[in-house]
Amino acid sequence: MGEFFASLFTIAFVAQTLRITVPYALAALGGVMSERSGVINIALEGILLTGAFTGAVAAYESNQYTLVGYEPNPIAAAVIAGALGGVLIAALYGLVVITFKADQIVAGVAINLLAAGLTRYLLKLLYDSASNSPEIPGFETGIFSNPVFWLVVLLAIAAYVLVWRTRWGLRLRAVGDHPEAAHTLGITVNAVRWQGVLASGALAGVGGAWLALSVRGFVENMSAGRGYIALAAVIMGSWRPQWACAACLLFGLAEAVQIKLQTYSIGVPNELTQMFPYILTMITLAGFIGRSRPPQALGQPYDSD
Amino acid sequence: MKQPFFFAIAVLAVAVATAGCKKKETAGQDNSPAGSQTPDKPAAPSAAKSGIKIGLVYDVGGRGDKSFNDSAYRGLKWAETELGVTIREVEPGEGSEREAALRQLAAAGHDLVFGVGFLFTDDITKIARDFPKVKFACVDYTVPDDPSTIPSNLVGLRFREHEGSFLIGAIAGIITKVKTVGFVGGMKIPLIRKFEAGYQAGVKHVCPDCKILSAYAGTTGKAFNNPNKGQELALSQYEGGSDVIYHASGKTGDGVFNAAKEKKKWAIGVDSDQFHVAPCCVLTSMLKRVDVVVFDTIKATVAGEFRNGLQEFGLAEDGVGFVYDDNNKDRLSQDVVDRVNGLTKKIIAGEIKVPFE
Repeated sequence: MGEFFASLFTIAFVAQTLRITVPYALAALGGVMSERSGVINIALEGILLTGAFTGAVAAYESNQYTLVGYEPNPIAAAVIAGALGGVLIAALYGLVVITFKADQIVAGVAINLLAAGLTRYLLKLLYDSASNSPEIPGFETGIFSNPVFWLVVLLAIAAYVLVWRTRWGLRLRAVGDHPEAAHTLGITVNAVRWQGVLASGALAGVGGAWLALSVRGFVENMSAGRGYIALAAVIMGSWRPQWACAACLLFGLAEAVQIKLQTYSIGVPNELTQMFPYILTMITLAGFIGRSRPPQALGQPYDSD
Repeated sequence: MKQPFFFAIAVLAVAVATAGCKKKETAGQDNSPAGSQTPDKPAAPSAAKSGIKIGLVYDVGGRGDKSFNDSAYRGLKWAETELGVTIREVEPGEGSEREAALRQLAAAGHDLVFGVGFLFTDDITKIARDFPKVKFACVDYTVPDDPSTIPSNLVGLRFREHEGSFLIGAIAGIITKVKTVGFVGGMKIPLIRKFEAGYQAGVKHVCPDCKILSAYAGTTGKAFNNPNKGQELALSQYEGGSDVIYHASGKTGDGVFNAAKEKKKWAIGVDSDQFHVAPCCVLTSMLKRVDVVVFDTIKATVAGEFRNGLQEFGLAEDGVGFVYDDNNKDRLSQDVVDRVNGLTKKIIAGEIKVPFE
């Protein structure tokens, strides 16, 4: 018992919590961008997975070649490719739900299935295995000296400023709450929604690249439900970037504590401890923690005709 | 006005999504050099064609897992070259695709169809009844309450992983300098518990006051596919003082090896020889000879000596063991190997009873 409590007050524990939190937080920030504009984003899971895949491929391939005497940095390549991969799959999602106004829940689930199948298929084509990539270059340093971590911190601050302190953010929130009013004021509703969805793809895609870089490789379905946890964090943080990040930190903390509980075999059944993040999610969804008010036009396609 | 458009795109989305699922099966077929539909790839068999067709469906993780599935693959390829059988493999995605793949292979006229992994138990039992002329084999078959209900065309292949894990535990218990060792499991189920129980008993046998840190990645099938979680569990155990970790967690184990590299500590592989996943840090691996068992089952079928029911493979049958070769001979001293071989003899002789739960 003493060992368990002692382990909670170490730098290693803080680092572990943050490592677990990063992909949640990036996906949740993406979720806020999209949902604030009025587009539900169940597809976060698929975007994470796609970002992990494109990130892993970029890290691996950039390590194989020299571009006209210049050696690309595989980690930077992975982060950029992760964001691009996320943007691509988010664009497909945007096309279906914004341009063609399909049901957002159904389309989101379809994107997740597509991402799971497509990454396996492409993996097989590229590396002759549907289950994992070859080893890729990954993070060499602890989290506090990892530039990608600080990039993520910057992204989180930027997301907050963008959504709450800029004209763009005001428009984003306006089309999510009162699209007709925004339209009357001369804002092109669907154009702003497109921006929200694409930003969501870029952010969650980087989260995927983080997953792959952390373990030096891509494994099929390695997002392992993190996109759904992030979605819960968006709701728990009442669609505000800073609170969504805080919720992610709480989930990360819960998972890290759960790992320590297992490590020191405290007599809590591990089925129970593993349920903790999900129980928190359900309590939030049931509305027991404050009132979480969604953007008013969330899930409603906007027809300008 | 947008209605037909919307409908078209919905159809397209579904078509694209299903195409993604379909295609990976096609890719699986393309990959089997002697697949009946793809004569454009050169057929490798050196032996004369036996005319026997073997189908095999992989577990979660699929081919390339450098572990359980790859071991099955080796057995299959071995049978292809040595016995001249025609092989076809399928890597299913999630859930119902497993059943569909089995059914498809059975319907396509294969003589023997393998399901690799305990998850196949229910589906393969049902499908064996539907296709009485086809023979089925299930690796890690879960024994039903009444074993006499196993269909006459189905063989359940089981391993005594706890015996192999006992030897691994003994090695870990001898090697550890800090009297603390770790275990990382995938999904918490009786099958993986066998690995843990055998390992714990092995550690305690050689080092009664050693401490064993133990953790599982999850409670669903995803727990075998979550390397990031495996890495955090392993880092936590290394930071908690252990200097050797044994994993039984499929691809989640990739994270364990990555943690071992980072901490410069020992990790122990499972199912296949996993030395090459992390050459710096793999002490040894618990071998589960799925390859040998798959090959032997095919060989028996080719010879017309297929037997149904349950078959168990432990130390006595060479079904499990540990890796000791050129790669790790400077990591395990002769003294250690002698001690472990002594334990093997005792287990085979029944002097040591290894617990499995």
